[in-house]
Amino acid sequence: MDRIPILRMGSFLLVTIQVDMHDQLAMTLQDDLSAKISETSAKGVLIDISALDVVDSFIGRMIGMISGLSRIMDAETVVVGMQPAVAITLVELGLTLSGVSTALDVERGMKLLRERVQSQ
Amino acid sequence: MSILKPATIDAIKHHQSALLDGWIANLQQGGSLSDNRISRDDVSRQAKEFLALLVSASVAGDVADLARTEWSESRQFLETLSRSRAMQGFDSHHTAHFIFSLKRPLFDLLQKTYASDPMALSAELWAISELLDTLGMHTIRAFQKSREEVIRRQQEELLELSTPVVKLWDGVLALPMIGTLDSQRTQVVMESLLQRIVETGSDIAIIDITGVPTVDTLVAQHLLKTVTAIRLMGADCIISGIRPQIAQTIVHLGLDLGGIVTKANLADALALALKRSGLSVTRAE
Repeated sequence: MDRIPILRMGSFLLVTIQVDMHDQLAMTLQDDLSAKISETSAKGVLIDISALDVVDSFIGRMIGMISGLSRIMDAETVVVGMQPAVAITLVELGLTLSGVSTALDVERGMKLLRERVQSQ
Repeated sequence: MSILKPATIDAIKHHQSALLDGWIANLQQGGSLSDNRISRDDVSRQAKEFLALLVSASVAGDVADLARTEWSESRQFLETLSRSRAMQGFDSHHTAHFIFSLKRPLFDLLQKTYASDPMALSAELWAISELLDTLGMHTIRAFQKSREEVIRRQQEELLELSTPVVKLWDGVLALPMIGTLDSQRTQVVMESLLQRIVETGSDIAIIDITGVPTVDTLVAQHLLKTVTAIRLMGADCIISGIRPQIAQTIVHLGLDLGGIVTKANLADALALALKRSGLSVTRAE
């Protein structure tokens, strides 16, 4: 059973999705991430999906749910590196992910997270 | 199955020059030679060539069935002719007139040849008439096809021409949209803009709609989709160039552009983009 690693960087958590997401993997990630946030009391979560080039409505919804869940647990969440094809697919599916913060790459995502945490 | 009588073909062969003269005179009357786009010499050369092809094909060929191989040369000749006429800007009437004006001289010739045999005359007239009609239809079809090709090519060129993504500043991209937005164009525009955002790592994209003549609900929806996709990728989008009439239309239609930053012109949008990037422009002393 493969899992998506969740790395700790100071007060932030880093999730990089390097494999094709399937439904079970997304569910496991949701469980793991919530457990990890409460364990480390992280202030921010950065999800890198630059290697993800195929999404369906379920994965799209999971991305939205994971970021909503982290916010409830008091961790700012930024999704970074979405591919053009993925963005177009999500828009065509009607998933605008309106509550999710986004950034172009990991560097900018980290900067955004730091700003958000400092302003709190 | 109908084959022209040998007497008919012989008559055409013997009176070729008289036929050609009558044909050219008819073409002139129809106005096909009235301007400088095509010279009289060219037309008479084409007429001569076609008549030769017609004779050689009708010796062996069934005149009722143009799909047969005997007619392939004639068909090819007519297709080339239609294409060149289409390129020269002639309309379908003039192109088809090339074939149809052969009718009268041919009918006159047949009348002389079969003056004593009305039965044969009517049979041959019918065969020739049918043949020329089919050839004429083929010409028009080829003409139409080459015109459609031209239109399709122009559409593709237009699609490529009208979607340039320009870099205004380090981290600021602009997309000046020109012409009507439909689903297909929006798709192309969206893809090229998103691709450029990834390539250049730009934070801000400005979509300038000064060149979009009208905005209706569909166009607004396309714009919203593009803006959402840009936001999903982590960049910001500014829409500029909203003219007074378009602003009125948007309000009257009750469209919700909430959450989208809009500016009146590209200069304002660039100023905002620079401000967001932490840059300012000052006059050099």
